[in-house]
Amino acid sequence: MIEVKGLTKRYGAKAAVDNISFTVKEGEILGFLGPNGAGKSTTMNIITGYSSSTEGEVTVGGTEIFENPIAVKKMIGYLPEHPPLYLEMTVKEYLSFMYDLKKVKVSGVSKQKHIEEICGHVRIDDVYGRLTKNLSKGYRQRVGLAQALLGNPGVLVLDEPTVGLDPKQIIEIRNLIKGLGKKHTIILSSHILPEVQATCERVVVINNGKIIADDTPDNLSRAMSTDHKLTIRVDGPEDDVQKLLLKIPGMLRVDKLGVREESAYDFSMEAEPGADIRREAFKRLAERSWAILGLKSSELSLEDIFLQLTDESNKKSYIQSTEDPGADGEAADEAEQ
Amino acid sequence: MAAIIRRELGAYFSSPIGYIFLAVFYVFSGFYFFANVLMMQSTDISLVFSNLLVIVMFLIPILTMRLFSEDIKHKTDQALLTAPISLTSLVLGKFFAAVLVFVLGMSITIVYGVVVAVFAAPNWALIWGNFAALLLLGMSLISIGMFISSMTENQVIAAVGAFAVALALLLVEGLSGAFTSPALMKFFAGISFMRRYAGFSSGIFEFSAAIFFLSVCAVFIFLTVRTQEKRRWA
Repeated sequence: MIEVKGLTKRYGAKAAVDNISFTVKEGEILGFLGPNGAGKSTTMNIITGYSSSTEGEVTVGGTEIFENPIAVKKMIGYLPEHPPLYLEMTVKEYLSFMYDLKKVKVSGVSKQKHIEEICGHVRIDDVYGRLTKNLSKGYRQRVGLAQALLGNPGVLVLDEPTVGLDPKQIIEIRNLIKGLGKKHTIILSSHILPEVQATCERVVVINNGKIIADDTPDNLSRAMSTDHKLTIRVDGPEDDVQKLLLKIPGMLRVDKLGVREESAYDFSMEAEPGADIRREAFKRLAERSWAILGLKSSELSLEDIFLQLTDESNKKSYIQSTEDPGADGEAADEAEQ
Repeated sequence: MAAIIRRELGAYFSSPIGYIFLAVFYVFSGFYFFANVLMMQSTDISLVFSNLLVIVMFLIPILTMRLFSEDIKHKTDQALLTAPISLTSLVLGKFFAAVLVFVLGMSITIVYGVVVAVFAAPNWALIWGNFAALLLLGMSLISIGMFISSMTENQVIAAVGAFAVALALLLVEGLSGAFTSPALMKFFAGISFMRRYAGFSSGIFEFSAAIFFLSVCAVFIFLTVRTQEKRRWA
């Protein structure tokens, strides 16, 4: 549905977006993840036709945006980071204006009915007659989302849709987006990781204008998690347990995590890659009658992955370990740059 | 374009700007009508128009200052520029909305013509000639003000810039006499709005002057479109 190829946007000598390429399939919810200033909004602005690229092309539904911007814009509903609301208008006036501006025509449905349907969908019926300047942040965001939904566009581009909302509103908007994903192709940008984890089927991580990962949240987690990092809870004297664990062959480090329950201490252990220390730890602790109350591998949350990926030193290792340089050297090349 | 015109008209009258513009326009035109026509017991309204010329130069920046600056500042331009409409439609929509408010203001002069007609037969050719002149001049100044507004997100800068240009255009007439070089004199006389306006005020429809004012509109509308386009590429 969306194909971004070799997209570059330069501001003077600085490349805000540097030769990025990705595709989004029809009906997919793609999470566009990156720290502030990574190039997310710039990419979205180019996809929606708000700004132009220095190089590269964006194709939406088979149409290139720079060749036929009006046709592409008809296919896209865009919610920018700051909902573009006219504060002196009521919600009704604003949506009516946006309906006319977008030249929306929904067969068999009148303008009034279409707007009311969308208002019901995003739950803004109760503020329909109110001035947008008097609305809370959450409602403004919903009105912004409502204007993006006008005309039922095939593609929704949502730039940080939950920023500034309270936790309840965040959950509501997330559920709404999930629901929309059944009928729309969605690109959602965020630097809030649980949001992407909760709503997106695929994640593109961007940093310093370059894509540094493109996978499902689960695959990313799997690829970056390490089976040689474990957390253990032992019922025994803290210092002695640490010393004992450190003597296990292949063990690199054991850190105290403190007491979690009475007379039991948690430790994080890191062994050499490939070394399975679980059996040896069990055996040695059992010899001393220090009971293991818990043992788990240190799974990485998307937050950990994000921090690792956006850390320059780890970026290369992920790309090199997950990409086959022989089949597609692009990602590896990117990491080398 | 119709949606843009409707919205812009709504914006003028949901804020004090539209009312202030009309009120000031009506007060000054009423004063000049009273002083130059009713007090003097004359049927010649052209003096009213001559005086309105200066008022228009002061007032038009109020109309144009928000046209693009407000959208840029509040980022509502994202809604406009990602909508499936051409930049030309967007610019023309804003331009015609400002022109409509201006016409609403200056249409009071027709009422003055009717008032004069109650007492004596006015020279309608003169009134319509002046009306056309003021309209063309106003449209030109609106296009210039809109262009300046498209370059800044600060409405004060947009208003002061438009006013400065309007004032400069007013002074150009006097400047042309200050040069001895025939080329410079010709140049300043050529771009003088006042000189073009003067022909109309005597009731003569000067085709070349009309083309001049319409050309100014076309050039600045084009430049506004290019400014918007350039912002995309910046």
